[in-house]
Amino acid sequence: MDAILLQILNGLDKGAAYALIALGLTLVFGTLGVVNFAHGALFMLGAFCAVTLNRLLTISTKIKDESVTFFDAYKEVPILEAKFPTWGPVIVDYSVPLAILIAIPVMLLIGLIMERGLIRHFYKRPHADQILVTFGLAIVIQEVIKHSFGANPIPQLAPDGVAGSANVGAWFGMGDNIVYPWWRLIYLGFAMLIIGATFAFLKFTTFGMVVRAGMQDRETVGLLGIDIQKRFTIVFALASVCAGLAGVMYTPILPPNYHMGMDFLVLSFVVVVVGGMGSLGGAVLAGFLLGILQSFASMTEVKAIIPGIDQIIIYFVAVVVLLVLPRGLLGRKGVMED
Amino acid sequence: MENTVLHVADVHKSFAGLHALSDIDLSVREGETHAIIGPNGAGKSTLLNVCIGRLKPDTGHVIFNGENLTGRAPHEINQLGVVRVFQTPEIFPDLTLLENVMVPILAKRDGSFKMSWFRRFSSELNVRNKAMGVLQDLGLGEFTNAMATNLSRGDKRRLELAMGLAQEPKLLLLDEPTAGMARHDTNATIDLLKKIKAGGMTKVIIEHDMHVVFSLADRISVLAGGRIICQGTPEEVKNDPRVKEAYLGEEQV
Amino acid sequence: MFKPSALSDWTLFILFSAAILTMPIWLAPLGANYPDLMQKFAIFGIFAIGFNILFGLTGYLSFGHAAFLGVGSYTAVWSFKLLTMNVIPALIFSVIMAGVFALVIGFVSLRRSGIYFSILTLAFAQMSFNLAYSVLTPITNGESGLQLTLRDPRVLDAAAGVAVGRSLPSTNLFGLKMSGLPGFYICAVMLIIAFFLSMRIFRSPFGMMLKAIKSNQTRMAYTGFNTRPYLLAAFVISGMYAGLAGSLMAVTDPLAGAERMQWTASGEVVLMTILGGAGTLIGPVLGSAIIKYAENIFSAFNTSELRQIFDFMPDGLQQVSVAVSSMFVGEAWHFTLGLTFMIVVIFLPGGIMEGFRRIGGLFRRSDAKAGKVESSAAAAHS
Repeated sequence: MDAILLQILNGLDKGAAYALIALGLTLVFGTLGVVNFAHGALFMLGAFCAVTLNRLLTISTKIKDESVTFFDAYKEVPILEAKFPTWGPVIVDYSVPLAILIAIPVMLLIGLIMERGLIRHFYKRPHADQILVTFGLAIVIQEVIKHSFGANPIPQLAPDGVAGSANVGAWFGMGDNIVYPWWRLIYLGFAMLIIGATFAFLKFTTFGMVVRAGMQDRETVGLLGIDIQKRFTIVFALASVCAGLAGVMYTPILPPNYHMGMDFLVLSFVVVVVGGMGSLGGAVLAGFLLGILQSFASMTEVKAIIPGIDQIIIYFVAVVVLLVLPRGLLGRKGVMED
Repeated sequence: MENTVLHVADVHKSFAGLHALSDIDLSVREGETHAIIGPNGAGKSTLLNVCIGRLKPDTGHVIFNGENLTGRAPHEINQLGVVRVFQTPEIFPDLTLLENVMVPILAKRDGSFKMSWFRRFSSELNVRNKAMGVLQDLGLGEFTNAMATNLSRGDKRRLELAMGLAQEPKLLLLDEPTAGMARHDTNATIDLLKKIKAGGMTKVIIEHDMHVVFSLADRISVLAGGRIICQGTPEEVKNDPRVKEAYLGEEQV
Repeated sequence: MFKPSALSDWTLFILFSAAILTMPIWLAPLGANYPDLMQKFAIFGIFAIGFNILFGLTGYLSFGHAAFLGVGSYTAVWSFKLLTMNVIPALIFSVIMAGVFALVIGFVSLRRSGIYFSILTLAFAQMSFNLAYSVLTPITNGESGLQLTLRDPRVLDAAAGVAVGRSLPSTNLFGLKMSGLPGFYICAVMLIIAFFLSMRIFRSPFGMMLKAIKSNQTRMAYTGFNTRPYLLAAFVISGMYAGLAGSLMAVTDPLAGAERMQWTASGEVVLMTILGGAGTLIGPVLGSAIIKYAENIFSAFNTSELRQIFDFMPDGLQQVSVAVSSMFVGEAWHFTLGLTFMIVVIFLPGGIMEGFRRIGGLFRRSDAKAGKVESSAAAAHS
């Protein structure tokens, strides 16, 4: 029982990342009708926002090391910590959550530029063309990052205060067997917050209403005299922020590298298709579901019965779902059916 | 009674509680041209879609030469000899006219996948000549190597008719063959259809244009509100008071 | 379409064969006439021709064709290990195995179309890739890749009394070693055969049906066709081409690794086909050659060479030039690849062949005021 709960928890944080990426993908697909293979790159760019901020905060200077007394020794210390010994270290410690503040405007801007500069011209092109051009863009972004940050993963630390693990089991009176890193719990909560905010935004604002209407029937919304174009741009930028934030917060869990975007993209696409093209709820549901399934498949007991299942479970589920439910779990009729 | 080719028996079809078709009983006799007319929304297109298997009726059957058509895949119905010509031209825009007509001929001859298809085109001279012949009959002979997408709308419809005729169907279903055509084209199409009529092919025509209907049809069924309200020769239909009330009232003949 | 094009088809075929066979001569001025690179031209040409039979004719975009490439490679290496170092059995078995895989994957994937088809093929390829790395290690030798060893049985060779030397044997065609130029020539011959078959398919009723499916699939169904067998046949054929390409990789270098099955490899063949021109006969071969050539040129540069090139510049400018150009070359050559990909899709969706056609169209327009219908008829032939 404990083991099962633990696996569910383990699957949730990965599922949360899938869900956040898939949410943006679906949003863009449902409204703009564009299949965006560069969406994973946005996730990766978010992660590198965190890396960049951390590097900026830890630009170092050499100061005299007072602990060494018999000769003059120097040590490298971030300027911030040297100049402001009281709150400097705290800022550096909290660089990952602080990166959210940087990532929001940056990702918004990247999203705007991408939509205006490229995606817009592909609304009416075949899906194959959309896939191909965004695939090319993803490679370009990936290589730029590789060029500037190198090919190796760059580990990022969660703030010291939440570096340990939470005894989740004890909270519910189930003994001490269920421990779970604090940061993953925070990630989960954060993902829920973003997902909740997105849904609330779409549900309760007039902007969201138009977007939802656009997802149902783009032409009609255009006929109502609404400038759908501008709203598309905003939707795309929002999706880009979603993916970026998912990336920022994921850095303490997975050290960011230049190809993490592609790795997550392929899986997120599968998630979107399983959830049902154009269904936001489906994307979130499928994200968590597949994350948990993957986590179960990684259990030694399961692998003993079906060797290699952990490697293929997501793809396997995708194949089965697509064959049994052509529109995915919660897909609507008429989306992507030529 | 003469030989019945198509028998629509007791067909009902409703969409979300709305009765699109009710109690449809319709017999089309061999060699006749049977027109289905009716005001907009009378269920004409629904009826045609039921006949070719695009829609499944809620109850009832569509029998063609003793074979039940309900629930069959579109390609199977075509293989039985029922061919539909669409209202909006359904052609292969990226193929040449000649290829557009060769495809249905090969479809009829081979049905499904045949290894012989890896042979060269030159070994299919019969098919090619037949396609050329049909195109020439329909006045498209000069453009055989043009891409279909470059044709005018009227020519596209003629091409589609050619694709249908090339299969030498036992039953040809025409969905408003002259809709959207200029008068001159309409007359040309009527002449053409008369020529086919002389050939003895059984046809069902859905048509708005009374001029077309009365110059072609042997018998007419009038559809209104999803029911057949009258069936008979053009003369009988013209003089039927129910028809006048339901349909002819809105459009002067 | 019939007599005249049959004639020009032969001309095209003969020209193509001559160009391929004389590659070692006319590639010399480009510095690209060494066997390794020419082998790559031919192998990826085959891969792209095969992919084009599916994507170019039917419009179904598979993102998992690298799986068949991998299957071909593994099968070939196993044939070398178990049977003989002669390449003929390896080629035959690889094509058959890839065909069987394609039959199974295609049968399932073709139940859906559009993006769903792409995702299904991608899912299958990723499954194969992941399994090759993990559970299937006994067959694939996991990360280190499947290699020849001295202890391999090679039953046919042993029966024929081929002596086992102290070093690893090399692949051969009845004794002729398949390295260097002979290795290129077997790839070249295979490419010519592959091209010929593809030409026959393009010009056959089968090819016409596939084009018709791409053009208007709904109409096909009402024309009396069950389209799925055609699509499946196209899928299997293109899978077999990929298998052939994979086995030739093993012939020229008897090693098979799982990375050959990764989806980026599938993406590469898509790019080759698009760059050259999907749906054209020559395009995919051209596209793959250009990409492999560019890869060879671009990835060879390193920073010190760049510094030499920009040596004539003042110091500051030299540094900037080196920094900028190093974005495009060496290990970062994928950047150039991605950029090319975007530019082609944005500006030239028909690929290089479309570009040729447009240039040709400029000349044609000037010498005759051909009607729209006629000029497009001509385009349909070229």
